[in-house]
Amino acid sequence: MNKTQTEKKTPPKKKKEEYVRLPYFGINRLIPFLAKYRGRLLVMLILGIVGSLVDIALPLFQRYAIDNYITKGIADTLPIFIGAYILTLIIQIVANCITTYNASHVEMMIGHDLKQTCFDHLQTLSFSYFNQNSVGYVHARIMSDTSRIGELVSWVLMDSIWHTSYIVGSMIVMFSIHPLLAAAVVLVVPLAALLIAVCLKKLTQLNRNIRELNSQISGDYNEGITGAKTIKTLVIEDKITGEFMDDTQKMRKTSVRATHFRGLLFSTVSFFSFVALALVLWRGGLITERQVMEIGTLSAFMSYAQGLMDPLLWLIDAVSTLINTQVNIERVTKLLQTKSDVADTKEVVERYGDTFSPKRENWEELHGDIAFEDVSFTYPDGEEKVLEHFSLKVPQGTRVAIVGETGAGKSTLVNLVCRFYEPTEGRVLIDGRDARERSQLWLHSNIGYVLQSPHLFSGSVRDNLRYGKPDATDEEIWEALKTVSADAVVERMGKGLDSEVGEGGDLLSTGEKQLLSFARAIIADPRILVLDEATSSVDTVTEQIIQNALGKVTEGRTSFLIAHRLSTVRDADVILVVKDGRIVEQGSHAELMKRHGYYHSLYTRQFEQEAVESLM
Amino acid sequence: MKRNKEKNTKTGGIPTGRLLLLFLKGSKGFFAVSILTSLAVAALDMVNPQIIRYTVDSVIGSEPSALPAFVNSAIDRLGGPAALREKLWILALAVVLVALVSAVFRYLQRLYNTKAAETLVKTMRDRLFRHIQSLPFAWHMKHQTGDIIQRCTSDVDTVKNFLSEQLTSVLRIVIQVALSLAVMYSMNIRLAAASTLTLPVILLYSAFFGKKIGSRFRDCDENEGLLSAIAQENLTGVRVVRAFGREKYERERFRAQNDKYTSLWLKLSKLMAAFWGMGDLLSGAQVLIILTLGVQTCLAGEMKPGAFIAFMTYNSMLSWPIRRLGRTISELSKAGISLRRLSDILSSPVERDRENACEPDLHGDIVFDNVRFAYEDCPELLHGISFKVKAGSTVGILGGTGSGKSTLVYLLDRLYELPADGSGGKITVGGVDIADMRARYLRKNIGMVLQEPYLFSRSLADNIGITRENLPMEEIREAARIACLDETVCSFAEGYNTFVGERGVTLSGGQKQRAAIARMLTEKAPILVFDDSLSAVDAETDAAIRKELDSHLGDATVFLISHRTSTLMNADWILVLDRGRLVEQGTHAALIAAENGLYRRIYEIQRAGAEEEKGEEASGREDPGETTSEPEKEAMEGGESRE
Repeated sequence: MNKTQTEKKTPPKKKKEEYVRLPYFGINRLIPFLAKYRGRLLVMLILGIVGSLVDIALPLFQRYAIDNYITKGIADTLPIFIGAYILTLIIQIVANCITTYNASHVEMMIGHDLKQTCFDHLQTLSFSYFNQNSVGYVHARIMSDTSRIGELVSWVLMDSIWHTSYIVGSMIVMFSIHPLLAAAVVLVVPLAALLIAVCLKKLTQLNRNIRELNSQISGDYNEGITGAKTIKTLVIEDKITGEFMDDTQKMRKTSVRATHFRGLLFSTVSFFSFVALALVLWRGGLITERQVMEIGTLSAFMSYAQGLMDPLLWLIDAVSTLINTQVNIERVTKLLQTKSDVADTKEVVERYGDTFSPKRENWEELHGDIAFEDVSFTYPDGEEKVLEHFSLKVPQGTRVAIVGETGAGKSTLVNLVCRFYEPTEGRVLIDGRDARERSQLWLHSNIGYVLQSPHLFSGSVRDNLRYGKPDATDEEIWEALKTVSADAVVERMGKGLDSEVGEGGDLLSTGEKQLLSFARAIIADPRILVLDEATSSVDTVTEQIIQNALGKVTEGRTSFLIAHRLSTVRDADVILVVKDGRIVEQGSHAELMKRHGYYHSLYTRQFEQEAVESLM
Repeated sequence: MKRNKEKNTKTGGIPTGRLLLLFLKGSKGFFAVSILTSLAVAALDMVNPQIIRYTVDSVIGSEPSALPAFVNSAIDRLGGPAALREKLWILALAVVLVALVSAVFRYLQRLYNTKAAETLVKTMRDRLFRHIQSLPFAWHMKHQTGDIIQRCTSDVDTVKNFLSEQLTSVLRIVIQVALSLAVMYSMNIRLAAASTLTLPVILLYSAFFGKKIGSRFRDCDENEGLLSAIAQENLTGVRVVRAFGREKYERERFRAQNDKYTSLWLKLSKLMAAFWGMGDLLSGAQVLIILTLGVQTCLAGEMKPGAFIAFMTYNSMLSWPIRRLGRTISELSKAGISLRRLSDILSSPVERDRENACEPDLHGDIVFDNVRFAYEDCPELLHGISFKVKAGSTVGILGGTGSGKSTLVYLLDRLYELPADGSGGKITVGGVDIADMRARYLRKNIGMVLQEPYLFSRSLADNIGITRENLPMEEIREAARIACLDETVCSFAEGYNTFVGERGVTLSGGQKQRAAIARMLTEKAPILVFDDSLSAVDAETDAAIRKELDSHLGDATVFLISHRTSTLMNADWILVLDRGRLVEQGTHAALIAAENGLYRRIYEIQRAGAEEEKGEEASGREDPGETTSEPEKEAMEGGESRE
């Protein structure tokens, strides 16, 4: 029910960190991404200026019409006038079309490139990164930050070009018409700019509060809905609703407060436009009276004076956007600069290829002899040593079981075998050579992994089952499905292998997902098979069937079985018993039972539980 | 989160018109002020071009004034146009003053529009939240959280935008256009008519393109959703991706969708650029027509330069709003869908107490009388269960998964209701049918600890004290002490102020359960239910908590649900449930005396296990040869038991 929870994990306290100051507003960090589009950027620059110039030229037409036709009473050149006007219009439209399209193009492509780069980079990062950063956080980096940056780069740039050139251009025209009058108009600008900047700053801050409140309100909904049962049993509906209404009230207040500034902002702009206009009317009118300036010119001048404020607003807005987007740039570049804890050396990459372009021809066959040699290990985000000078030989085909209570740290060894983490000290040997001497992809291509919380990808059953072996035939797939008795599940789904599994496999139960992910691992025909509590959610009958199949499936493969239910691991070759993150006992079932230690007590307790369960 | 937006839109419920009125409660006044002020703004916008026209034609030029008579007489009092010629600043001041008043109204217009919108959205949100809180629990089980939240957030926003932006902007634009046209017609009918004729073209064009772009937008949105889902899946499935070495495949998958999404956007951008370009062209052509016609009109002597300038200004006030109007009209349909989706929620029937629902004392005997129950669309789960619990006694319920033991207490708490026609039997407390009681009163008097406790995202103290206003810290700590949580909490750096939940520390399962117990204890209810609520704490703490509870429960009637006989053995009465049937009941002693009874068998298995474990612990520690003797063990357990 609470699928939405991952989306908003940003703690409210962290919000204050959003003020980030970067040199050059962080734009320099984007240069590699911008360089690709320098042609388009250049077009934006040139045609943007052209567009503005046309904007500046348009009032001159009215001026000409008034001064030459209306006042003088002759309209002999009217056809040429119309022709010139249409031509200007077309230039403007073409220029605007091309610039806006280019701006959108650059926006989208930079977003696209950044998304792809981030995504690709994430494929190479080690697990410690994913353990330290929630899915929601990383997801927001890929999806929203990158889009924001694209938007920033292209539209802030476009706005700056348009509005700067308009302001500069119209000032030049005004000064050339009448310097003194122009100077009077320009005097208004700093005052207006100051007011605009103050309002914008206040507004940005309030908008931030509004966003926070917004996520608070969604959070309230989430809590009110996922916690419905508890709310009802505690009869705190009124209290919770009351608190919710406090939040919505706060939202209302903040939004209204923000509107004070937004209203002030736009009122300021329109007011100062008219102040500039009035100035021209007054001083310019006097000049016109003296016949120094013509009426059409006066009217054009008024247009310029009045038209100065809007571009001013958008220019300042662009700057404030730039300031606020630094945080997005910072977050994305930080992600891209994160180095993987587990990385192949240059020599290894040279010989075996990297994640995206493997050199399969150089890959040796993997047999599955694994050895831990004096391995010590501490999780990157932890302090405690979970393995200390641990040594173990796992010859090819051995079945290793790892048992212990939930949360005891049973996955550690497997994480090391799969090279999801590297040992802090010591080595893990695969077929007699240090795992680090071969590429990660080489190893991973030979591993089949079945997770406790199975993960399927949206798409068809077939796509999912072929995940580890893209060219698997339908026969192979059905064969594997039968082995884990999941064929019935797929048949039930209506469209057989073409049935959709839904987002994250949502259309299936956890047990069904486990069965399918088991089949997926078998189809990959791996040399090393890892079953991480793979059957915890299937019913007892199915589990028994799988148990029986396990012998066949693990034959010839080195396998690691992480199990909570001990009855499932009795015939493993070695059982490692984990308690509080450490391996406390190891041996076969018989040896361990004889020892009367921790394993023995775990086993008897579970045996009793299972016996009870079978009764009820 | 599934995007099954279109689903359920056809079901009836409250008609959208009435729903709108319901939502508009409290914000109608603000909307009215907002519309009135926008009328004022539009009217004031008409004034300044007239001042300029007057200045140009009558002050600088020498035409007779075209202003209304009262204005002329006012000007005459100042000395007529000639005097103004010397004092142009008066006219400039007039412009500034009009601008100032107009700015104030503009500000007020925004302010009131926001007030209206925010009040509206608050009304909607509060109404929805309150309604959701009063819906029966069965409704919650039937609906997906993600879908409901989406309705409460984005659909609410859509409706708000419709009312506060689209609808008001349509009104504002209509007012502005009407006023501009009125003034233009008063200045020159022929020119104004020419201007009017061009407007429908611009309007239709904008509406048409707006619609076209709208559907493309939805396309882009959907594809962004898909892209986002791929990223999400990749991140949540990172282990699978790595373990199968499928990074490259993932990259291609993401790239394909990324490319598709981007190319859709680029296509849309092209369309938009063309749209804006064409729009500019239309507006530009319109200006050109009026400019040319205006020049001819002036040349014919029908219009003065000042009037021409003013007319051009009014004309420029038409084009943009009309273009916006076109877009807005094309977007109006969205709100209807959202309103229907909200109406789905709001028309779901809320929990209702029966007429004359009572609030009797709940310290009486509790009787389940032939209770049968099935969840919606499921086979019957409880097949006629009858038993009686004496007031103040402790009853244990033993049963496996799916035996219906939790459902029994849900029914007692009326999280689910038995059929109203009595076909599912009834439950009485002190002889009164619980269906005749006020549901909230009943729940308030049943302290229930759920199997999977839910804590709210706030401090620990606030969580424990959530059931009552301003619970003193001492009582909170006392409750925590009984639940054996106090010590743990004190070991936290921030103690009881530790923030729990999504945005705070993650408590372990056992800590959560203990916090839930403490929270329930503050209710001081006469009936207490522990639904397998100590499953996540270790045996030692389990015993300690039970001991504490025993000495603090007083005269409460207690339901203990568990699958461990050791938890239940001291209960006054024990019920054994198996697949929805009550298969055995009695005291612990009676049940273990029953030959071949289910309880006895379970007890024996568990006791054997427990003894062996204890034996091992003892042997592991010191003497391997000796196990703890039976009497000692009895004594130990006796110490834990409830007197």
